[in-house]
Amino acid sequence: MLAEMIERLLDRHLDEAAQARARNGEWLPELWAEVEEMGLPLALLSEEQGGFGLSFAEAGEALRLLGRHAMPLPVAETMAANQLLANAGLALAEGAAGLARGDHLTVTQGTLKGTLERVAWGENLDCLALAVGDTLYRVPRSGWSLAEAGTALNFHPRPALAIDWTINASAPLPYCPLAAGATVRAFQIAGALEACLDLTLEHTATRVQFGKPLQKNQVVQHELAKLAGELACTTAAADLAGEALARRDLRGVAAGSLRAREAAGNGAAIATQMHGAIGFTREHRLHLFTTSLWTWRDEFGGQVMWAKLLGQAALEAGEAGYWPMVTSL
Amino acid sequence: MTNIPFPSPPADSAEVIALRAEFRAFLDQQLGHRTPRQRSDNWYGFSREFSLAMGQAGYLGMTWPKQYGGHERTAFERYVVVEESLAYGAPVGAHWIADRQSGPSIIKFGTEEQRETILPRIAKGELAFGIGMSEPDSGSDLAATRTKAVRDGDLYRVTGTKVWTSFAHEADYVILFCRTSGTPADRHQGTSQLLVDLKNTPGLTIKPIIDLAGQHHFNEMHFEDAAVPAKNLLGAEGDGWNQVMSELAFERSGPERFLSSIELMYQLIAMLQGKDSDAAQITLGRLTAQLAVLRRLSRSVAAMLQDKQDAGLQAAIVKDVGAVWEQVLPDVARTLVDAEADPLTQKAYAGVLANIVHNAPSWSLRGGTREILRGIIARGLGTR
Repeated sequence: MLAEMIERLLDRHLDEAAQARARNGEWLPELWAEVEEMGLPLALLSEEQGGFGLSFAEAGEALRLLGRHAMPLPVAETMAANQLLANAGLALAEGAAGLARGDHLTVTQGTLKGTLERVAWGENLDCLALAVGDTLYRVPRSGWSLAEAGTALNFHPRPALAIDWTINASAPLPYCPLAAGATVRAFQIAGALEACLDLTLEHTATRVQFGKPLQKNQVVQHELAKLAGELACTTAAADLAGEALARRDLRGVAAGSLRAREAAGNGAAIATQMHGAIGFTREHRLHLFTTSLWTWRDEFGGQVMWAKLLGQAALEAGEAGYWPMVTSL
Repeated sequence: MTNIPFPSPPADSAEVIALRAEFRAFLDQQLGHRTPRQRSDNWYGFSREFSLAMGQAGYLGMTWPKQYGGHERTAFERYVVVEESLAYGAPVGAHWIADRQSGPSIIKFGTEEQRETILPRIAKGELAFGIGMSEPDSGSDLAATRTKAVRDGDLYRVTGTKVWTSFAHEADYVILFCRTSGTPADRHQGTSQLLVDLKNTPGLTIKPIIDLAGQHHFNEMHFEDAAVPAKNLLGAEGDGWNQVMSELAFERSGPERFLSSIELMYQLIAMLQGKDSDAAQITLGRLTAQLAVLRRLSRSVAAMLQDKQDAGLQAAIVKDVGAVWEQVLPDVARTLVDAEADPLTQKAYAGVLANIVHNAPSWSLRGGTREILRGIIARGLGTR
């Protein structure tokens, strides 16, 4: 139901021209208005919190669809930020929202100060769900200015923000914003890999070389099988992260997020190779997904941060405790 | 949309949680004395004593009907026992194939008499099975099978050669895939399956095939006008191809397709204790993430089996991705620890590493080669 609504909305309002505008760093207000009209920013909230009360599977499908269409707005981040704010008992965003950790920021005399690097669409957000230590702050747009421009691999803005804000909205941190961000990114990666597999199947079915469609070659079939394997792993990884986040288990989030990050690179490489040179251009849609995969796999804590977290847990578990740890993830 | 669906596995029920604890205690009690090197034999360890204990405790034939000695438990409960056995490096060889594929094939295709005489004994841990599929000229191309069974009154007269039959020298039965009419040119037509008693079949000789590790698991079974009772026909004559594909689906569905080298993971962690670097943490983190996701996919397959869905395609994906994980582990370990592997030592790390390096190449060959599996997956994607 929700999935169909999202599909309809994106079919109608997200065309190649809109993608090109976003790639120039341009905010798409008309698309955002549609997103709000649908209520998507509140989609992950329970019904008591004013949300849709989606099942886990429905929420996952919605997030995957955002990846499947390379949604060029921070919708997934806003959904996750509102969920975090609601769980902390803070006011929800009145527009788009960002998620961040800023443990290096300073709190002096009731003012939060410092620079926050690479916030997705930072200049276009209404507020930030920002964790410093064990506290969650709801920083409104008036609380920051542009410190430095920055650009993601998919050419969407990732500015650094200079935070200077008199604290008036904070609460104990329910769970880490990076875990929430990493989890929605895992679902988006799964969605983008679905698109990559579909495009690659279509291309290799229709592109004829040496007198036959590419996919009649066994070597091509095996690459498609590997791509399907990466997609299967990513879908499972996103679900794993989502379930772990719900029980506030950072190790489970790490496991799911890491595998999705890895698949983003593996899958993008196979899809591009199977497309040949056209996959390396902006003439073909594939680049929307590959450049987003390369973007998303490094956000909300990088691979190193999450791998160290899980690797430390493995070492702490030790030889005898390792398997029980794995079955707990 | 072409995504191959993997349903989310349900959260562990109270029964599953209790069973896991109970079974871990059982393994400790039965096998707590074994060394890492012994545990690293994983599913190619063979112990009649252990399999009998498994049977006695009710851990074999878990999902089968009670009338055949089974326990009518869920696919998830069986999954717990299977994965915990593998994670513990239990010597499962004397019940593994029977419990995983031969028994389920007999339930699906067997006569009432076959079910009643064989299944309860598998569930007790008394009967070990081997696989009778590959031949010298028919490996991946199973339909090229030449072994011929000719009906002669109450008998089939079997002539031909099967290879790579693990434990044929120890086991009691194989399910033999053979040709009951026509020629190899007929491909899928005219093939059948026979239950062959390895201990009591005149005309059958079994010879060892020693693997590169110097171990005797494989055998060649040579049938020279061997007499197999006609009542040992499994399923319908001529329906062998469909039956053997069903058997392969059982064979490919389990978590042994990524846990073969798990003991090396434990020993690697032991080696890195206290001297762990960033590189060690990062590598272990990535390996653990990959393992956790494989396990989830494998539990999805169990969920599909529980719902009586065809999981052949999903199982092929898990086996394909899983074999990469278990095979790459020794190479990853070598990036973290400098150690020379030694196949004859009892030292934990060097001995386990040697056993894994020696055996790893077979993991993308058994149960369908990597190339065959990728062909199956590609067909599932609609490419041929």
